[in-house]
Amino acid sequence: MQQYETVIILTPLLSEEALKEVLTKFAKLMTDNGAEIVHEDNWGLRKLAYPIQKKTTGYYHLTEFRAPGEFINKLEVEYRRDERIMRFLTISLDKHALAYSEKKRSGAFNKKKESKTEEVAK
Amino acid sequence: MAKNTIQYVTAPKVDENRKKYCRFKKNGIKYIDYKDASFLLKFVNDQGKVLPRRLTGTSLKFQRKVAQAVKRSRHIGLMPYVTDSLK
Repeated sequence: MQQYETVIILTPLLSEEALKEVLTKFAKLMTDNGAEIVHEDNWGLRKLAYPIQKKTTGYYHLTEFRAPGEFINKLEVEYRRDERIMRFLTISLDKHALAYSEKKRSGAFNKKKESKTEEVAK
Repeated sequence: MAKNTIQYVTAPKVDENRKKYCRFKKNGIKYIDYKDASFLLKFVNDQGKVLPRRLTGTSLKFQRKVAQAVKRSRHIGLMPYVTDSLK
């Protein structure tokens, strides 16, 4: 069971519950097909670097999950079918990527950021 | 007297031959995350194009990783494909 990470961008025109509905729909799709969600993270509304489908902002959502290989194709077909998703990117994580995401989640990187802001604050 | 006052015809480029090093090998960074655009901006010129190795001094292995990370972050809209004044 390989570990994968997928980032999806949803159209900003969605209402709050439509947004939730999309996220739960895909979470359910994953768990139904034997995938196991390791970590979910949404970055909320963000400005895009260039307009996608004539919109300049998008709702970002990141999901890290462990899944059998064949499931990825099915997942991506579902992504393409759903028009509320403007863009998606699914990548497989190798051992360095895994170590990086563990460290990031455990907050090892925040120390570095904090130390920078402390110097500024002094 | 003129002997000991040396005038250079062209300015001495002292920092030109500063030994460039691959920052990934030096700091032991193993994975370049395509999601944090602020880090990737260091490897992109102000038009949004990936900087060549001879300027950044990164090794071939990590230059490929940087290029792939930049392309991925462009795909998900974190970094522009082309822009005029990025920084």
